[in-house]
Amino acid sequence: MASALINVPATAKHGDIVEIKTLMSHIMETGFRHTETGAVVPRNIITDFSCRYNGVEVFRAELFPAFSANPFLAFFTVATESGTLEFRWAGDNGFS
Amino acid sequence: MPEPHATRRQFLVVASAAALLAVPWPTLAMPDAMKAAIRDVVKGAVVRVGKVKFDVPPLVENGNTVPVTVSVTSPMTDADHVVSIHIFNEKNPQPNVGNFYVGPRAGRGQVATRIRLADTQTLTAIAKLSDGSFWSATADVVVTLAACTEEAS
Amino acid sequence: MTMWRMIGVVGLVVASIARGDAAEIAPDQRRSGLSFMAPETQAMQSDDTANPAMLAVLDGEMLWKQKAGAANRACADCHGDATASMHGVAANYPAYDDLLARPVDLEQRINLCRVRHQQASPLADESRELNALGALVARQSRGTPIEAGGDVRLAPFVANGKGLFMRRQGQLNLACANCHDDNWDRRLAGSAITQAHPTGYPIYRLEWQGMGSLKRRLRSCMLGTRAAPYQADDPEMVELELYLMSRARGMSIEAPAVRP
Repeated sequence: MASALINVPATAKHGDIVEIKTLMSHIMETGFRHTETGAVVPRNIITDFSCRYNGVEVFRAELFPAFSANPFLAFFTVATESGTLEFRWAGDNGFS
Repeated sequence: MPEPHATRRQFLVVASAAALLAVPWPTLAMPDAMKAAIRDVVKGAVVRVGKVKFDVPPLVENGNTVPVTVSVTSPMTDADHVVSIHIFNEKNPQPNVGNFYVGPRAGRGQVATRIRLADTQTLTAIAKLSDGSFWSATADVVVTLAACTEEAS
Repeated sequence: MTMWRMIGVVGLVVASIARGDAAEIAPDQRRSGLSFMAPETQAMQSDDTANPAMLAVLDGEMLWKQKAGAANRACADCHGDATASMHGVAANYPAYDDLLARPVDLEQRINLCRVRHQQASPLADESRELNALGALVARQSRGTPIEAGGDVRLAPFVANGKGLFMRRQGQLNLACANCHDDNWDRRLAGSAITQAHPTGYPIYRLEWQGMGSLKRRLRSCMLGTRAAPYQADDPEMVELELYLMSRARGMSIEAPAVRP
């Protein structure tokens, strides 16, 4: 059950710089922790995030274990035309 | 409302302060792992201090979730824009925190996120501009531990 | 010189212990845990698009519509739109349950609903599903004043809860009141002590990197004082929750809150 909260202004004027905020539910297990018996808890993180605007990449991020659980990313894009923003999170254990 | 001359003088003062800050960058105090991680990104280029603003709360309530914002001064045009922003840390098990690729379509060279910090330390943000230059800022952060923590699960 | 300084130090220590058993917090002095937080953490809570607890609300919206149990019924099949039907509900919990003849908290109410009306198994304590439904329901009370404990049938349970709050226990021999009534204006290591008004549960706690109910928070506190924590279904747990909510009566719900 992965949920994402994405906030983009519904409308903008042509040329406006709009802020995009995203939250993705994910444990972001670092791979540096151990269980009580000493076994390493395997890494399970999101490693890649991208935002495409009508097919064109406007923002991309590479994430490391230092990202907090439920990773939050806020960035900007210029409202050039009406269209679709496509968000993609990908990571360990085939997460996407 | 200040008179125009005063405004310009203020601007000149700010501009010269920025020029003074644009000095080559001290890497002496950095741990080796962090230096290596930065080398992987800048590939031998000179990193200068300036253009980058790194907002980190000076005193953190919990190192698990530290809000950070990096903003880079740039017109963000096709000819002159931020290409990427990179955050590094000294004391986590891994020096990299995140790499962010922006470009002219972003309109603003800025990214905000939340990170984990194992300890009190100095963070470094580096921005690559479209002319190939690298700019940086550092932020000192004090991480306090919660008084009553739940046992590790 | 040295001797005088030593006497001075001793005097200070005695004074801080003697501060001990002060009175309850006056109503006009009550403050939400929100007001003790750093501005960055406050900002994380107050912006729904940045508040990680809203992910739980989102999950809750999905679960609300999901059919469950032998009755093959969803919450929505009886309660309709949660934003209307659940408005102000959480402000009254823990509330008196007629069948059980005792107070139940919000999570227990959700599970009673599952068992009685959906004929489904109860959700596990602190499970993602239970906290998600709790967050969805509590969200609908945001801005409403806490009213819990007003029902006269609850009076003996509130009194028991107050007794537990005042009672010293654990290896550190501390009562809840020793910190949260008497020393809320101080800090314990780097953390603010706060007044323990449960205005925002379930919460997203930065330390947990996830959601938790008031029961989880109380367990953390009890572990902190080296006391044996109550279990989720122990009557003491609900009584303590009930006393804390009635102690915060009139304060605004801010669920789902963020706390350090």
